[in-house]
Amino acid sequence: MTTLFDPSAAAAQATDAILHDTLHGTARGVVVDSPPGAGKSTLVVRAALELAEAGHPLMVVAQTNAQVDDLVLRLAEKKPELPVGRLHSSDADPYDKALDGLENVRKSAKAADLAGLAVVISTAAKWAHVKADEPWRYAIVDEAYQMRSDALLAVAGLFERALFVGDPGQLDPFSIVGSEQWAGLTYDPSASAVTTLLAHNPDLPQHRLPVSWRLPASAAPLVSDAFYPYTPFRSGTGHGDRRLSFAVPPDGSGPDRVIDEAAESGWGLLELPARHTPRTDPEAVRAVATVVRRLLDRGGAATSERSPDPTPLTADRIAVGTAHRDQAAAVRAALADLGVTDVVVDTANRLQGREYDVTVVLHPLSGRPDATAFHLETGRLCVLASRHRHACVVVCRAGVSDLLDDHPSTEPVQLGTVVKFPDGWEANHAVLAHLAEHRVSWQP
Amino acid sequence: MSLISTLARLEAVSTGRAQPAATVRHRHLSDRPLVFVPLITAGEAGAPLGALVGTDRDAPRLLVVPQPRDRDLRFAFLAELADVVLPYVDAYAEVVEAAERTETDPETGKRVKVEVDLCADAPQLIVPSRAGIELVRLLGRSMRFRRTAEQDPEAPYPAPPRVPLLGRWLTHFGERARVPGSSLLLAMTDVLGRHWATGQSTLEDQHLGALLAWIDPPEGLTGAEAALRAELERDAQGQLTCPPAGPATDPAFDNKLLAPAIERYDRARTALAAAEDGLEADDRLGALTAAEREIRDLVLSRTLPTWEKVWQGLDLLRELPVGAHVEERWTRDRWSFTGHRDRVLAGEPPQPRRDDAVTAANKLATREREQARLEAQEALDDPLVMAGRRLSGEAFAGEVTDVVMAYSEGKRPSPRPLVTVRTDDRPHLGERTKVYRSLGGKPQSAEFVGAEEDGASVVLRILDKMGRGKEPEPGSVPEKGDRVCFTLFEHEQRGGAKLPDPEETPWTHGGPPGEATLEAADPVTAEDVL
Repeated sequence: MTTLFDPSAAAAQATDAILHDTLHGTARGVVVDSPPGAGKSTLVVRAALELAEAGHPLMVVAQTNAQVDDLVLRLAEKKPELPVGRLHSSDADPYDKALDGLENVRKSAKAADLAGLAVVISTAAKWAHVKADEPWRYAIVDEAYQMRSDALLAVAGLFERALFVGDPGQLDPFSIVGSEQWAGLTYDPSASAVTTLLAHNPDLPQHRLPVSWRLPASAAPLVSDAFYPYTPFRSGTGHGDRRLSFAVPPDGSGPDRVIDEAAESGWGLLELPARHTPRTDPEAVRAVATVVRRLLDRGGAATSERSPDPTPLTADRIAVGTAHRDQAAAVRAALADLGVTDVVVDTANRLQGREYDVTVVLHPLSGRPDATAFHLETGRLCVLASRHRHACVVVCRAGVSDLLDDHPSTEPVQLGTVVKFPDGWEANHAVLAHLAEHRVSWQP
Repeated sequence: MSLISTLARLEAVSTGRAQPAATVRHRHLSDRPLVFVPLITAGEAGAPLGALVGTDRDAPRLLVVPQPRDRDLRFAFLAELADVVLPYVDAYAEVVEAAERTETDPETGKRVKVEVDLCADAPQLIVPSRAGIELVRLLGRSMRFRRTAEQDPEAPYPAPPRVPLLGRWLTHFGERARVPGSSLLLAMTDVLGRHWATGQSTLEDQHLGALLAWIDPPEGLTGAEAALRAELERDAQGQLTCPPAGPATDPAFDNKLLAPAIERYDRARTALAAAEDGLEADDRLGALTAAEREIRDLVLSRTLPTWEKVWQGLDLLRELPVGAHVEERWTRDRWSFTGHRDRVLAGEPPQPRRDDAVTAANKLATREREQARLEAQEALDDPLVMAGRRLSGEAFAGEVTDVVMAYSEGKRPSPRPLVTVRTDDRPHLGERTKVYRSLGGKPQSAEFVGAEEDGASVVLRILDKMGRGKEPEPGSVPEKGDRVCFTLFEHEQRGGAKLPDPEETPWTHGGPPGEATLEAADPVTAEDVL
């Protein structure tokens, strides 16, 4: 290494450039690509505060209600006196009850009630129903890569200029019906908002956050190489900065051995014998649940740069990721059988943007006879492999690399579409090759 | 593929017969559908070779292009096709009934009800397979921008009078077919595949002969044997005894029978053109007519078996009772048909080659809504479909074992009864998950409160449809002993947000598309006049 890399300085420099373009630039839009855990939310909050301080009325567009509530809470934490509007739907329980305790947050289902507030935050779906006589001067669009082009079309008339922030490596938005008819059009309604935006405005300034604060030094290189080959990023911490240890010694079983491997190296692959199974493979599901149970039973403690003292690895610091909802339900049921009820189990789609100390992942291709586009999707694997601060344990049937070789990508090539690199096939191979070095074979 | 359809396919394999995938018919079938069995020529996209078309099972009309590369003959074919399709469409366009529609008043901007015409019924086109739908689209695309000599005297290759109009209608049918649950244009293999599960892959189900062999195998054969025979059996000349449903033809047919016949036709034509006197010309015209007849017989021999199979499929489908929501979806098809009829009558230009940003987004939103609606309606109409949803944890059925009256908190307490349902299903219920049941055709919602200790009973809190009073209206709350079925999916779809008008397309999407221009037909290239 010729120059010493200072993650904080690199990140600060990038942030300054972004804020400068947003506040003082001439372009109507600024696009920020953010790898997993690179401080996207921090950036959004900071940009919102600076825009508000400069006296610009600001609208913020996020994709889910949970993201909106999270942003409101973060804003209020940073600057409690800032008047913030939370525009919500008229359903029952439209927002997080925690917002009720915030003095300067006004909540309403009508945009008119929130007029004049410094910042108004809502979901894209809700904003689409808002009619404004006067457009907002500024907008921040959060998770813009997960927003569909047609959703942006519905709200883009509400603002003059916008900061678009998102992670290009996560799951692309999808539609439940075919949209091949529009493939290749610059405004393909099923494409991501950023794709359409850049197709029509190729000269917009584009920035990148260079440092992942979430991913440990053991994970950042793999995730960067496998999913962001042309826009590499670094981990904000070094190899010695984080440590995971367990009070209870291993009992020699597969789950314990894979936990130790993951604690040591950041990755663990618990490999079950090759077999074609239904989606809710009972053995794999039980293996996932057992790993979680053992993680809790062995009295784990996580040491990180955040605090000098180890923090206990509790249920809320562990998550299980799956590809399908029925798999998540099966894992939940298996966990309940083992007496674990408060560990988050969800699909990749719903884990996007979340962060845990340890994740246990049921590999999307485990036990499958075929590799469909859904299971090969780069973003799915990327989300599952980048939620952890310390370690990630993958549970998988053997034989996935043969399965991949039997199913090369055969998606039809559409004229005029931007080919995404890397494709899921290649990314899957890259991750598997790395995981193979941390393999623990186990016959349950 | 859902678990229940996998099970049905396994059962089809073990019993040797296709298994029902539905107990009712989920698509509208017209009393008088127009069946269209087209064939195309290998080597050129969308070059028609011939077709059988008509509404009368016993009297199909045979249309043939004896030399598929001859543009004049192709136009003659399309003109003949227009003579069959357009009168059929017009017959439905003329009969209307009064209906109401909400429109935005251009002056006040308010939503007002206006009385409009709605066609009392709509035409229905049936093609054998999904590739047939693609061909309908392609034919529509190739015709709708053509100019007739009347529209544009300068047009280099003027189309026969009604051909551009046929192109617009075929485009409309093809576009409507992309809307889930629509029935204006149906592919027989898709509809049969919706209602039966065979012991072969969905790709193999695209072979109409093999699909019907599973559903209705001949005496003494299993579905697998009959399907294999339909796919592979050849006669002494090496020709498939069950010709593919098209539009593509079997290469053996192309090489051994069709190509020589077309060559004889070409030779006869050249000879006729070179005839030196009337007597010779008469002779050679006779030879040309014979050569053309030969090609007509060949086309008929490849389309007639498919024609029969499409009608056999219609017979099978008509035996199923119609689903309760099918009529409602067909009404939307009628609206779609009426809308296009009005656009044609108003003299609007043909559908553009590409949708603008707003139209594309609106179409996608409509189709997603229709897809969700279709899935919900099929489950509500059909216990077998609902069984599939129950098996996948998206619904549950059971018996009410307890009802406890409870009230909401607040100034005016409303009834919020707690209902315990005993079920053998395993729904994916989380805290406060919303569930719905059909109450007199309207969805009543409830939320999940908790599961009983044994895990076989769930407690729900009923939330609405109980009237305004303090006591719930009679019949609005399930009673002990009732059989109920709740779904985790919503029964009705909310309308999406209104998108901007195309002329207000925002900067992120390239701004307004500009004035609509009349698009020119594709330029004629050297390949077009071989």
